[in-house]
Amino acid sequence: GGWSSGSPLGPGAGAASWGGRAGSYPALSSSLRTPQSSPGLYGPAEVKISKSCTTSWPPSLLPPGVFEKNREQLIRKTCEAVILGTLHPRTSISIVLQVISDAGALLACCLNAACMGLMDAGLPMKSLFCGVTCALDSTGAITLDPTAKQEKEARAVLTFAISSMERQVLMCTSKGTCSVEELQQCIAAAQRASGAIFQFYRDSVRRKYSKT
Amino acid sequence: MTDFIIHFLFSGSITTADGSALVKLGNTTVICGIKAEFAEPPAESNNKGYIVPNVDLPPLCSSRFRPGPPGEEAQAASQFIADVIENSEIIMKEDLCIAHGKLAWVLYCDFICLDYDGNILDACTFALLAALKNVQLPKVTINEETGLAEVDLKQTNPLNIRKHPVATSFAVFDDTILIVDPTAEEEELATGTVTIVMDEEGRLCSVHKPGGSGLTAAKLQDCITRAITRHKEVKKLIDKVIKSIKPK
Repeated sequence: GGWSSGSPLGPGAGAASWGGRAGSYPALSSSLRTPQSSPGLYGPAEVKISKSCTTSWPPSLLPPGVFEKNREQLIRKTCEAVILGTLHPRTSISIVLQVISDAGALLACCLNAACMGLMDAGLPMKSLFCGVTCALDSTGAITLDPTAKQEKEARAVLTFAISSMERQVLMCTSKGTCSVEELQQCIAAAQRASGAIFQFYRDSVRRKYSKT
Repeated sequence: MTDFIIHFLFSGSITTADGSALVKLGNTTVICGIKAEFAEPPAESNNKGYIVPNVDLPPLCSSRFRPGPPGEEAQAASQFIADVIENSEIIMKEDLCIAHGKLAWVLYCDFICLDYDGNILDACTFALLAALKNVQLPKVTINEETGLAEVDLKQTNPLNIRKHPVATSFAVFDDTILIVDPTAEEEELATGTVTIVMDEEGRLCSVHKPGGSGLTAAKLQDCITRAITRHKEVKKLIDKVIKSIKPK
């Protein structure tokens, strides 16, 4: 233990619920949507096998398949990159993400929720990160934070995890094909949008501590 | 970035499979076998077939894998190959349809790693491409009276490969150094990995960076440039091997 969380889950745990939209950038279209996912964070706790970070994704109806395992790995490796694992040797940090509703851009939402959960738990991190989804339609126009319908109709959907340090790309996954220029444009758009998300983090944390 | 080690490619090594390929990237060895079977097309798109990849990392290839259900790395690799197939449209699933709503081919692509020395994703992608080029599907006609499928093994057609996706993996060290085609030791010490899949038109089929230390957009661009060069080299090798196989 040793850090306070101020959440109903009690000491040694952090919880945050993320419902928000990405910032809108003048030249690109953006959409208003509130996907929700709520992370619970437990750790560092004792484990038999020393793994630095495990994520679990409570399945709704079907048992976790290869697709879910892949998504878990993406989130886990992003968190591993920012958590200072050497501070907690032979311990495991368990991040449990529960999807409340899915209206598109789910992976990005989970990344944001995971980061806020880590902040809430007070775990020291190298940098913050946020998730941004870009959808490219057939004309090459970029839509940030697409709805499920826009994602389905898009030619390509790219999800990035952007770090707060120099806006570096921590994680990138793509669906569909795009040209090299389009990728660079999406990265630039995602880096700009990340500014708005980090501001949201700051505001939430400020709001939380201004009450106490 | 270092140059990658020359690799070997053998096509058609498994005679019981409909298509196969053995790829050796440095020490990493992956064999891919493709079996074609019949199935009913999916309800929502009754003119499509299926391609089902499965990557197996057995304990024989490396001491890090234990016997039992597929571990996270094998599952992630399987998902990666499934994404590459879908994103790159290497084969149109419509080409696998035999009769609308009744019969379609399902291609089971099984990858078995025989020797794990890092860079499994690149090896699997090459093996997939070479094996698919090696596949010969027999001609199937539906008998009007009985409604059963009749297979003519003497008449075989190769698959229509539309795109040639090639994967290039990099190991990232501390945001600055990038090593192409990492070995297992380099992967273990690396702070992150990036895999870029490109097709021959210079389009990105997949950019796979599962976490790890951050990269600037400029560094990512360097990786893409290297991936383009690699694509040309690999395509030449695959074409040479396919030409050298005598037709059955």
